[in-house]
Amino acid sequence: MIRGVTTGRAPAQMVWRRLCRHNLAVSSALVLMILAIAALLAPVFEMGMGLDANAADLFNRFQAPSATHPLGTDELGRDLFLRLLYGGRVSLFVGLVAAAFATVIGTTVGLIAGYFGGRTDAILMRLTDGVISLPLLPLLIVLAAIDLSKLGLPAPVTELESASLYRIIFIVSLAGWTTVARLVRASTLSIKQRTFVIAAVAQGGGPLRIMRIHILPNLASPIIVATTMAAGNIILLESVLSFLGLGIQPPIPSWGNLLTNAQEMIWEAPYQAVYPGILIFTTVIAFNFLGDGLQDALDPRATQDFRD
Amino acid sequence: MARFLFSRFVQCLIVLLVMSFVIYGLIGLMPGDPIDLMITADPNLTAIDASHLRELYGLDRPIIQRYGHWLLSVINGDLGYSRLHALPVLEVMGPAILNTIILLGLSFALALLIALPLGIIAAMRAHTSLDYGINMLAFAGISIPQFWLALLLIVVFAVVLGWLPAGGTAAAAGMSGFWENGRYLVLPVISLTIASLGTHTRYIRASMMEALRQDYIRTARAKGSSEGQVVIGHALRNAMIPVVTVIALDFGYLFSGALITETIFSYPGMGKLIFDSIMGNDFNLALIALLFATALTLCGNFLADVAYAALDRRISLVESSK
Repeated sequence: MIRGVTTGRAPAQMVWRRLCRHNLAVSSALVLMILAIAALLAPVFEMGMGLDANAADLFNRFQAPSATHPLGTDELGRDLFLRLLYGGRVSLFVGLVAAAFATVIGTTVGLIAGYFGGRTDAILMRLTDGVISLPLLPLLIVLAAIDLSKLGLPAPVTELESASLYRIIFIVSLAGWTTVARLVRASTLSIKQRTFVIAAVAQGGGPLRIMRIHILPNLASPIIVATTMAAGNIILLESVLSFLGLGIQPPIPSWGNLLTNAQEMIWEAPYQAVYPGILIFTTVIAFNFLGDGLQDALDPRATQDFRD
Repeated sequence: MARFLFSRFVQCLIVLLVMSFVIYGLIGLMPGDPIDLMITADPNLTAIDASHLRELYGLDRPIIQRYGHWLLSVINGDLGYSRLHALPVLEVMGPAILNTIILLGLSFALALLIALPLGIIAAMRAHTSLDYGINMLAFAGISIPQFWLALLLIVVFAVVLGWLPAGGTAAAAGMSGFWENGRYLVLPVISLTIASLGTHTRYIRASMMEALRQDYIRTARAKGSSEGQVVIGHALRNAMIPVVTVIALDFGYLFSGALITETIFSYPGMGKLIFDSIMGNDFNLALIALLFATALTLCGNFLADVAYAALDRRISLVESSK
């Protein structure tokens, strides 16, 4: 390939150019950005439309879409469009924060397993395989159902309105780290055999220093890809748990618990079941496409072998 | 090989034991305890009675002792009573397991029947628009939230068209007969089928592409076998090895899917049973049902190992037990 030979261009720039050639990834990134901006601007929309997203208006229940209510209203007369935007804030926030946590856990486990190898590797990878092989959803439901005060947490913490938010972030990151750990381990195994790492070991660098200064920066690509993929799965998982009534608790809206509502109202207002699902679906598939594109852009050789 | 399988089996047992302790501990952290439930049922109970009862049932003892006691009685075949159903745990689980087997079995067979031709065609016509089309469909099937798909199916076929029931079973609606039972199964089966169709298609395609590149395929073509003979007789047989393994490994995922589907369609299977028992503080039932799900998943993993070893004797499992 002639493009690969082109010199004098910074690696970051080349990655950017390769990513831009990946149409699906670029449009996915755009879609995600629009969703995030719309969700962030929810209070602005609220003011602009002169409505209150949480105020019940019982005279206007189950309104059809109109100029004042672009998507209609729910069973309490609340504007569906605004509830979706606010739900998006919560779902995207949970997804991104939990993906970040999952990445930190996964990177730590994968790095240690890959670098030290041997028995440490065997134990950590058995643990990872063990977690992957468990019936995840039932176990996460138990985790979501436990009583926080029995763990000895003080009442002010457990009675916080946002307690369900922090709990769900914790729970879904517990489920999301395994893929990251595997990818990071695989990359660490190959990086630690490069000459610059061997040289650093020969100069007497301790394991912590070598992992932090020499290996971790080279793990950037697999970590970015794994985090993007994990974010999609985590958002999906959050929506399932919230849908089952175990994640984000109303009145805080999330895409998952908006669908719970929709199921209860399915005979009165079947269209309510459509919008939140479209947003979850779009977000998840966009994260997956973006991850795919990033992988191609960051490590073109690996995927060309892999693809075919 | 026998040694490998034996050590794997022992590993599974250890994981199951560890998980039984973890689950026991977690269930203990759920809101309320059996005595609290008795108090809500009988307002005459005083705090002193409650503490007496706690002592009587051993709830004041450390968790290790309680766990040990529970484990012993389970090994002796005493699984306890279900609080919600007022029946022994086994009697509650029996019909639920049967229902889930029907549901999962049907959708599994259906998914495989559709995924096999799709995956094979995609692999044979790789990098054509047909292949990309199938790939896009598979990708959509993987990314679509399963519970949303189920809701949409209800909206379209039950609410708007009114062709099929939105959930439940024929027995619960006071009807019987093969066709009536079948009508209640259609939507749950379709939603589970679509959920696993995408993954299966992609596995089969990837595995078939790998197989079609091998030397023995060229040999088969060179000796003049028909294309059908080459694809089905030579490529597919070898391509199924990784597919079988991956499908067996997916058991945990399948079970999670069953939980979502059964809860939405109120289908009385194991998934709904687990959900209801956790939500309804039915400690004995939740414990055993969760352990059963874990054991099944571990069984799936174990079977994947066995299948892998049995189908491809070239693979020495002792060397690389990664």
